[in-house]
Amino acid sequence: MSDRELIRVENLCKSFKNLEVLRNITESIYEGEVVSIIGPSGGGKSTFLRCLNLLERPTSGKVFFEGTNLAEKKVDIDKHRQKIGMVFQSFNVFPHLTVLENIMLAPTLEKNVPKEEGEKQAIELLGRVGLLEKKNVYPNQLSGGQKQRLAIVRALAMEPDVMLFDEPTSALDPEMVKEVLEVIKNLIVSGMTIVIVTHEMNFAKEVSDRIFFMDNGIIEEKGTPDEIFNHAKSERTLEFLSKVL
Amino acid sequence: MIESIIGLWTKYDYVYLNGLIGTLWLSAITVVLGTLLGTLIAIMKLSKIWILEAITTIYIGILRGVPILLQLYFFWLILPKVVPFALSDTACIVIALIINASSYIAEVIRAGVQAVDKGQTEAAKSLGLSNRNMMRKVILPQAIKNILPALGNEYITTVKQTSLASVFFVAELMTSYKTVQAATFLAVPSLVITGLIYLVVTTILTSGLNMYERRMQINER
Repeated sequence: MSDRELIRVENLCKSFKNLEVLRNITESIYEGEVVSIIGPSGGGKSTFLRCLNLLERPTSGKVFFEGTNLAEKKVDIDKHRQKIGMVFQSFNVFPHLTVLENIMLAPTLEKNVPKEEGEKQAIELLGRVGLLEKKNVYPNQLSGGQKQRLAIVRALAMEPDVMLFDEPTSALDPEMVKEVLEVIKNLIVSGMTIVIVTHEMNFAKEVSDRIFFMDNGIIEEKGTPDEIFNHAKSERTLEFLSKVL
Repeated sequence: MIESIIGLWTKYDYVYLNGLIGTLWLSAITVVLGTLLGTLIAIMKLSKIWILEAITTIYIGILRGVPILLQLYFFWLILPKVVPFALSDTACIVIALIINASSYIAEVIRAGVQAVDKGQTEAAKSLGLSNRNMMRKVILPQAIKNILPALGNEYITTVKQTSLASVFFVAELMTSYKTVQAATFLAVPSLVITGLIYLVVTTILTSGLNMYERRMQINER
């Protein structure tokens, strides 16, 4: 982990109609850092994450990624999103494409990677997550865990500088949670910058450099896993942890 | 009855076949141009640019809310007055049919695109796909499967609705019926022949569409 800021949000606010979901958040994510975002449902965790790649457009505030304010209208957001991988709770793999085609789609379309090279890279990635023998099947023949592993390598194929995970294991059967968390752990070992919204407290405790506890649209408390899980200061944090631990 | 049908067919088969050619031609041009125009309208409606959305909503609302026969009369009366060149009755009716079909087709396409899971759009965007590539490679291929059955129904309806052109004596099957009926005063046998020809056309169209649908599904598995 370095002290170079990869992402910085300044005075980030997001409202849906009259509902304030994010209230004036200013925060940085550093290169090589693993940040877990925990907190109760409706606290703004997912919205915060989705503002980082502008899947949600902030109502006001700035979202810097590698020095560029993505919230500015004139920014070519597609180019920047190529450097920000995202993995969703509901996998969102492309059902009309094979496993291999799922991975090759974005690199060949948007980075002009030649087909053979894209395939070579896809096969290499599939090997890393144990899905090589599935390369020619359609996603409807994959289990939830396999779909999520596919979604992860599909994002990695764009060689992103940061990976955002939005509750990647929440839609999985319990026995499949581990295989997905293993893949994320391997990613952490490789030095990837990661922001993950999760309900897996043990996982967050184990792998994170920092933890954000979000509630009511703000980062109520942040710190190392030890600071949050063992020495939390905020009432709200303590109350939440007492319910989930 | 059977004899009179056969008699009528042997004597006037060329009238019916000419009518069939007219119907096929009308249907083909209405389906092709109606689909192109309908796609354009659907894209405008999906654009999220409020003025385009408003215009297309009104366009679709009027065309689907007013009887098609009324629309044919309207365009037949109004078009020759507003265009600076001569328009035949047939041309007016073809334009009216295309415009009417476009409104139904636009709704089918819009619904098919919107039925694709929102997560697919988000995944495509998060990978950095341009809007164009997202539509071409992610959304439309999935939407086609939703669209195809409903679009097939629309096409069959379109074929049948070309019969309304007979009100304006545009050369097509229903006009052939009228011609033969007027010459022979044999209304029912002429209707049966005309109906059978329509049935052949729509049955071929239906089985063609079913085959295509099945092939799409096999590709998916």
